[in-house]
Amino acid sequence: MRTVAVVGASLAGLSAARSLRKQGYDGRLVVIGDELHRPYDRPPLSKEFLSGSLAEADLALEPDGEDLRVQWLLGVRAVGLDGPQRAVRLADGSEVRADGVVIATGAAARTLPGTDGLTGVHTLRTLDDARALRDELALGGRLVVIGGGFIGAEVASTAYALGLDVTVVEAAPTPLAGPLGETMGGIVSALHTDHGVRLLCGVGVKGLSGRSRVDAVLLEDGRSIPADIVVVGVGARPCVEWLAGSGIALADGVTCGADGRTSLAGVVAVGDCASWYDPRAGLHRRVEHWTGARERPDAAVTALLAGGAVEPGAPRPPYFWSDQYGVKIQFAGHAAGADSVTIEEGARDDHNVLAVYRRSGHPVAVLGMNQPRLFTRWRKQLAAAA
Amino acid sequence: MMIPACRLVDLPRGEAYRLDIDPPVSVFHTDDGEVFAIDDTCTHQDASLADGWLEGCEVECPLHASKFDLRTGAVDAPPAKRPVRTHAVHVEDGMIYVQLSTDAPNLPPCVAARLAGGPA
Repeated sequence: MRTVAVVGASLAGLSAARSLRKQGYDGRLVVIGDELHRPYDRPPLSKEFLSGSLAEADLALEPDGEDLRVQWLLGVRAVGLDGPQRAVRLADGSEVRADGVVIATGAAARTLPGTDGLTGVHTLRTLDDARALRDELALGGRLVVIGGGFIGAEVASTAYALGLDVTVVEAAPTPLAGPLGETMGGIVSALHTDHGVRLLCGVGVKGLSGRSRVDAVLLEDGRSIPADIVVVGVGARPCVEWLAGSGIALADGVTCGADGRTSLAGVVAVGDCASWYDPRAGLHRRVEHWTGARERPDAAVTALLAGGAVEPGAPRPPYFWSDQYGVKIQFAGHAAGADSVTIEEGARDDHNVLAVYRRSGHPVAVLGMNQPRLFTRWRKQLAAAA
Repeated sequence: MMIPACRLVDLPRGEAYRLDIDPPVSVFHTDDGEVFAIDDTCTHQDASLADGWLEGCEVECPLHASKFDLRTGAVDAPPAKRPVRTHAVHVEDGMIYVQLSTDAPNLPPCVAARLAGGPA
């Protein structure tokens, strides 16, 4: 291989570039990113960066002195992939021909229809999003967060600490029930109400009101919640439109094998846009976690360089964390499929719960709130049992 | 400065012992029977590496998965970008002693600010 193109310059793309060099690839390496910024860390965007305790320079994912011998093409979007030629077409009309392609284009925040052009309405995905939201939060006022998932909950927590009046609106009866299950979703999302943040569940949003700037969130039950700032945290969609017509198999994201290989030879996909086959569950799924974006490129690069002749090792159970209201929340495994969840340590009122999810008596997932030591032991056990 | 940590028999393989000095230092006993000492605080955020995932000669931070080499202090990948300080270890008459490094520690911003007396 003489040229490898990595499309996407965030954690997954950078990790792929690192893996390529670590695994001995010595050829030309091009990394294409639609944002102008060099790779930066996204988790702090809803936490320390948003609150102002972490500066922009601290977000850099590249340590001083690291030289991956990468040709960076930043601020230019990939608009197409010629599958057989493995040529990446860019928005400026140029193209990058490569022998190997790593797709790492990530995901974009979902928006609410009919909110275009209304100021004071934010999503949070990129550094530019975070800068804009941070500047508005600094002015104070009433914040309404639409969506009680992790991004929404973290923004609510940060804004609460900054002194804003915060309301979280969640369409489902229990926030976080998808990733954490009903019981633990209820316990974790109770952090909002424990801190005096209003949490409205089981009610959808009908729309927003305001002329040029938002002034209220209108709920489907007829209520109107006054708002100076609105954050929409209703999930993300994989950025794969640019691959239409390339011949690559797409479903919810890029369909991949258990090692990141796509349906096209010489093309692998990693990170939030990639739907890897999970052999244990017997299905494809996207795992939108930081740790997946960091760990999986290693396996995908191995497959890419070997031309597909390697047997992938068993992946670690998915792991993610969240920080809310000073509580460190950690989760590993899959809650879906568990038939029981038990609190093994701590108490919900003390915000130091360690809960184990089991299926037919076997641990399949673990949740920790301010329990890093015990949590890590359980996480290790889950990996060993996998 | 040489400080006694704990008895070797009291630190099983695969375990870590945290010395509550400022900044804290942790002694690790690997599965292969080697003993190492490094600064206990992850260089990225305030987390105790003694609570982390010890595998071979590496410990993974319990929060965000950066791995530190116990022999050199080097970090493998972000979010941490700076190495942890390492300290020499001596075992004498079954007692583990730590020879504290005179280098400046690489503490995360929030901890460094606290030690400097500023806002956390």
